[in-house]
Amino acid sequence: MYEWDFTPVIQNADLLWQGLVGTLAITGTALAFGLPLGLMLALARLSPRRWLAWPAGFVIEFFRTTPPLVQLFWFFFALPILIDIRMTPFLAAAITFSIQSSAFFAEVFRAGIVSIERGQWEAARAIGMQRKQAMRRVILPQAVKRMIPAFTERAIELMKTTTLVATVSYADLLYQANELAQKTFRPIEVFTATALIYFVVIFGLSLCVQAIERRLAVSGDSTVR
Amino acid sequence: MSDDPILRIRGLQKSFGDNHVLRGMDLDVKQGDCIAILGASGSGKSTFLRCLNFMEIPSDGEIIHAGKTVGTARNGKPRLYPEGELTKVRQKVGMVFQQFNLFPHMTVLGNVTEGLRIVQRMDKTGAETRAREELARVGLAEKADEYPARLSGGQKQRVAIARALALAPDLMLFDEPTSALDPELVGEVLNVIRGLADEGRTMLLVTHEVGFAYHVANRVIFMAAGVIQEEGPPEQVLKNPKNPRTQAFLSRHKQFEF
Repeated sequence: MYEWDFTPVIQNADLLWQGLVGTLAITGTALAFGLPLGLMLALARLSPRRWLAWPAGFVIEFFRTTPPLVQLFWFFFALPILIDIRMTPFLAAAITFSIQSSAFFAEVFRAGIVSIERGQWEAARAIGMQRKQAMRRVILPQAVKRMIPAFTERAIELMKTTTLVATVSYADLLYQANELAQKTFRPIEVFTATALIYFVVIFGLSLCVQAIERRLAVSGDSTVR
Repeated sequence: MSDDPILRIRGLQKSFGDNHVLRGMDLDVKQGDCIAILGASGSGKSTFLRCLNFMEIPSDGEIIHAGKTVGTARNGKPRLYPEGELTKVRQKVGMVFQQFNLFPHMTVLGNVTEGLRIVQRMDKTGAETRAREELARVGLAEKADEYPARLSGGQKQRVAIARALALAPDLMLFDEPTSALDPELVGEVLNVIRGLADEGRTMLLVTHEVGFAYHVANRVIFMAAGVIQEEGPPEQVLKNPKNPRTQAFLSRHKQFEF
């Protein structure tokens, strides 16, 4: 019978804490750049101008269909050879996950935008709005509300995918856990604790989003039933 | 105000692929006209109305609004309709939809001020004063701060009318404004529309309410197969129709009372 002993984990909690900060930093950075970039990609892809729509579609599809680990390696190992740039694990991870998540967010935005009834576009145009005014004032606010569940899903997926950064020695939660496991010879306790930390953080975020969603439901057009 | 028609429609055609919905429509809309457009479903009456504020872009023909032909002619190709020009026309040609199409994320007041604030760049106080006038006109002043989801269908449609009126259009288009309403809510909307007609507002109304058309309209148009089959004062078109298609249509609507 295996004897569980979490003492080494608790004694080295600061290591895991640093790792969690690293994970949150890369996730936060990817969200901060990925969301606006994703919105821009979605608007470009929906544009009636083909020279905008086509390249945006290509970028979205390319980053959705290539494995994130390949992208990460490419930015970390290949890009510094092509251009003169000092690549750090954080920079490579930030670029990879910003662009990669923007491609996914673009599709979430696009799905939200096209789900708005044609009548809303018509009502906006009928009072003399230009396309971009209708998008900003009428379509996007409603689309964003409908997108919240899909958006949360993507953000959670993103946070889990960032564990790949451990492969380029970025000190995220998984990387720190691995170090700790090797140092203490207690992989079972370390990885159990690590899984619990991911669960608590992600489940907590998910609950927060649900609360926000309920608050937004005032106008009666909500995804929460 | 000159005697020039507010709207002149010449040879208007609209096709969706091989489906020729409008096959050459001509009509003059004069100041103070209240024109009811009747016809079976598929006759092209809604498409016709939707072409007049360019919800649909005409395939051929001309629309002359306030003396100015909308769009730019191109050699051998359909006219070009730049967005900037259409947004100006649409502010002068208000539209009310069958499905109301209120903005669900804005209050009633927000719905009515939206065009004034965003399109006409009016300041907040001015826009709200103007919006409250129109809400009072449709009898919904006390609902200003409600969200559309809390209104009945009839109230929603009256808000939609106020939203269109707020921009002070010189022509109002009503696209089957009561067809999506429960029967007991039809009256309140028709009363508002009748009030606008009594004020002498110029309007075009696509409707199935033959009795209402008879009492409110000064001209009635009967459409079938994408053209105007018969046109004239309501007494003539609705009581003594000459065209066999009009006769057949009206015999199916015998239940209306004059």
